[in-house]
Amino acid sequence: MTASSITEADEADRAMGGGADRSAAATLKGALTNRIGSAVAIVIAVLWTVPTFGLFLSSLRPESDIKGSGWWTFFSDPALTLDNYRQVLGGSSSTNLSQYFTNSLVIAVPSTLLPLSLAVMAAYAFSVLEWRGRNLVFVGVFTLQIVPLQMALIPLLRFFNDTDAGSVLLFLPLWLAHSIFALPLAIFLLHNFMSEVPRDLIEAARIDGAGHVTVFLRIMLPLMLPAIASFAIFQFLWVWNDLLVGLTFSGGNRIIQPLTAALAAMTGDRGQDWHLLTAGAFVSIVIPLVVFFSLQRYFVRGLLAGSVKG
Amino acid sequence: MGFLLNNRVGHLLIAIMLFVAVVAVLLLIAKVADGLRGKARMPAVIAVFAGPALLMLAVGLIYPFIRTVWMSFMDARSQNFIGFDNYVTALTADASVIAFRNTFLWVILTPLLSTTIGLVYAVLIDQSRLEKAAKALLFLPMAISFVGAGIIWRFVYDYKGAGQDQIGVINALLNSVGLAPVRFLQDAPGNTIFLILVLVWIEAGFAMVILSAAIKAVPVDIIEAARLDGANSWELFRNITVPSIRPSLVVVLTTISIATLKIFDITRTMTGAQFDTQVLANQMYDQSFVFGNNGLGSAMAVFIFLLVVPLVVFNVRQMAKNREVRG
Repeated sequence: MTASSITEADEADRAMGGGADRSAAATLKGALTNRIGSAVAIVIAVLWTVPTFGLFLSSLRPESDIKGSGWWTFFSDPALTLDNYRQVLGGSSSTNLSQYFTNSLVIAVPSTLLPLSLAVMAAYAFSVLEWRGRNLVFVGVFTLQIVPLQMALIPLLRFFNDTDAGSVLLFLPLWLAHSIFALPLAIFLLHNFMSEVPRDLIEAARIDGAGHVTVFLRIMLPLMLPAIASFAIFQFLWVWNDLLVGLTFSGGNRIIQPLTAALAAMTGDRGQDWHLLTAGAFVSIVIPLVVFFSLQRYFVRGLLAGSVKG
Repeated sequence: MGFLLNNRVGHLLIAIMLFVAVVAVLLLIAKVADGLRGKARMPAVIAVFAGPALLMLAVGLIYPFIRTVWMSFMDARSQNFIGFDNYVTALTADASVIAFRNTFLWVILTPLLSTTIGLVYAVLIDQSRLEKAAKALLFLPMAISFVGAGIIWRFVYDYKGAGQDQIGVINALLNSVGLAPVRFLQDAPGNTIFLILVLVWIEAGFAMVILSAAIKAVPVDIIEAARLDGANSWELFRNITVPSIRPSLVVVLTTISIATLKIFDITRTMTGAQFDTQVLANQMYDQSFVFGNNGLGSAMAVFIFLLVVPLVVFNVRQMAKNREVRG
C-alpha cells in the first residue's frame, strides 16, 4: 500500500504472470519441476474449471437431457439448444429473470458511483487538507471496517422504513445501504493512494492561486484514476454478487430484488429445474466474467492493495 | 419527469442525474466556502469535503451499531429489557449450538485448505509458459457470486437414487467405479464439509494471487546461496520460501477467516440451512428477518462482531508490520 501506483501496477502485472524476471520461485520451481508437480497443478486446474464448464454446457442442453443424463454425455450424444436462455430471459413471468438482471444493474451502478465520489472527496479532506483531529477521525473511519454488515442491518432497515426512503425512489434504500457499507474501505484505500501524491505538486498549484476545488479536480482526480478504477470494479462486482444487502433492503419486494436474490429463491422453489438454474446462474455470472477478463489487471491491483471487504 | 419512475432504466437515469447534481452542488459549495475570508474558511471546506461521507457513516453504521448492541439486550420486539437472556439462548439452544459448531469448522478449514491449495498451485505454475492462463483458471471463481457458485456446486453434488442415471459429476464417478451414490448435501455431518469446499474453491484464487506476488519478491540470491549449500527443493521451500512469505501467509489466512465468519449465501443457496448446516450469519438473518426475533438476531450479530474483532486487529497489525519490513 505504500508503493506508488506505478509499482502497484507492476506488482499486479507480475502477480498475474507478466514480466520475465528470474525470481526465487523460478529457481525453486526449476528444482521442483517433475511429473508429480505438473500432475498436481493440472489436477487443481481441472477441479477448478470443470464445475463451471459443466454448468455452462448444461445450460445449452435440452431440458429432458439435463434432467436425464450428465452433461458429459453431450460428447457422445450432442444436442444443443438456446431454449433455456429463452425461458429465463423472455419466458413466462415466474421463470423470467430479465427484470432482475435489470434490477441488479440499476442497483449496482449508483451503488458504485455514489460511495466512490463521496470517498474521494473525504480522502482529499483526510490527506491534503490539514486540520486538528484529522488523524483521530481517520482512524475512526478506518476502525469502522471492523463492523460486520450484520451489525447494521436491522436498525438501518428500520431507519429506511421510518423515513419512507423508498417510497418514491424504490431503489434508494439499496443504493444508500451499499454506499454506506462501502465507505470505510473506500476512504481508507483512496486516502492511502492520495498520500502518495507529492506534496510539492499541490503546493505549487496552491501558490499559483488554485483553490481546493481546482486542485481536487485538476490534479488529484487525474492522478487517482487508476486507483479509482480499481475500487470501482471491486465495488461493482461486490454489489452485483451481493445477496445479504439485496435480500434485506428489498424487503422481499420482487419489483426491486437483485438477480442473486431471485436465483436464490429459484433454487429453493425449483431446486430440480436444472434447465432454469443452469441458464439463470450463467446469466448472473456473465457480467462479472466480462468485467473480470477485460479489467483483470485493475482487479488484481485492487486485491493487492487490500480491497477485501466484509 | 414522472414518466421516468415507471420503469427501471428511468430509475437508473434519475439516480445518475441526482448523483451528478449532488456532486456538482457539493463542489460548488466547496468553491464558495474556499472563497470565504477569515476563520470560517477551512472548517467550511473540510465540512463540504468530508461531511457527507461522515454523516452517512454516522447514520448508517455508528448509530445502527449502538442500536444493535442495545437491541441484543431486549426481547424479540425490542420492548422489554431482558439482560443477557438472548446471549444465553444463543449459546444454549440446540440450533445455535449447531450453528456455532459449524461456523467453527468453516473458520478453521476454509483458510487452511484454500491457502494450502493456493500456495501449492502458485509455486507449481510459477514462471511456466502458461502461467497467466493457469492463474486465470484458479482465479476465475473469485468473480462469481456465492449464489452462482452455490448453484454450480449443487449441480456437481447432485444426487439421484441408486440405479438411476446420476447427473452430478461426483456421484457419476462413484457409480462408474461401483460405489453407491452419496447424498452430499443432506447427510450430516459430512454435508458441512462439502459446503466448505465450495468456499475453498472460491478463496483459493485469492490466496494464490497474493502468495504468488509474495513468492516473486523473495530475493534470488538467498535461494542461490541455499542451493550452493546443498539444499534440496523441499528444504528450499520449507526453510526459505515459507519463512520469507510468512507475513503474506498470515494476512491471507486472517483475511479469509474474516470473510468466512460472515458467510451466509452458500448455506442459504445450497441447503437452506437444513440438515444441520446452519451457520451464525445465516441464523442471524433467519432470526431477525424470518422469525422476527430482533433480540436474538442482534445477539447473533454481536457474536459475529466479537469473533471478527481479534482477527481484524491481528490482521491490521500484521499489515502494518509488513509495510515496515518492505520499507
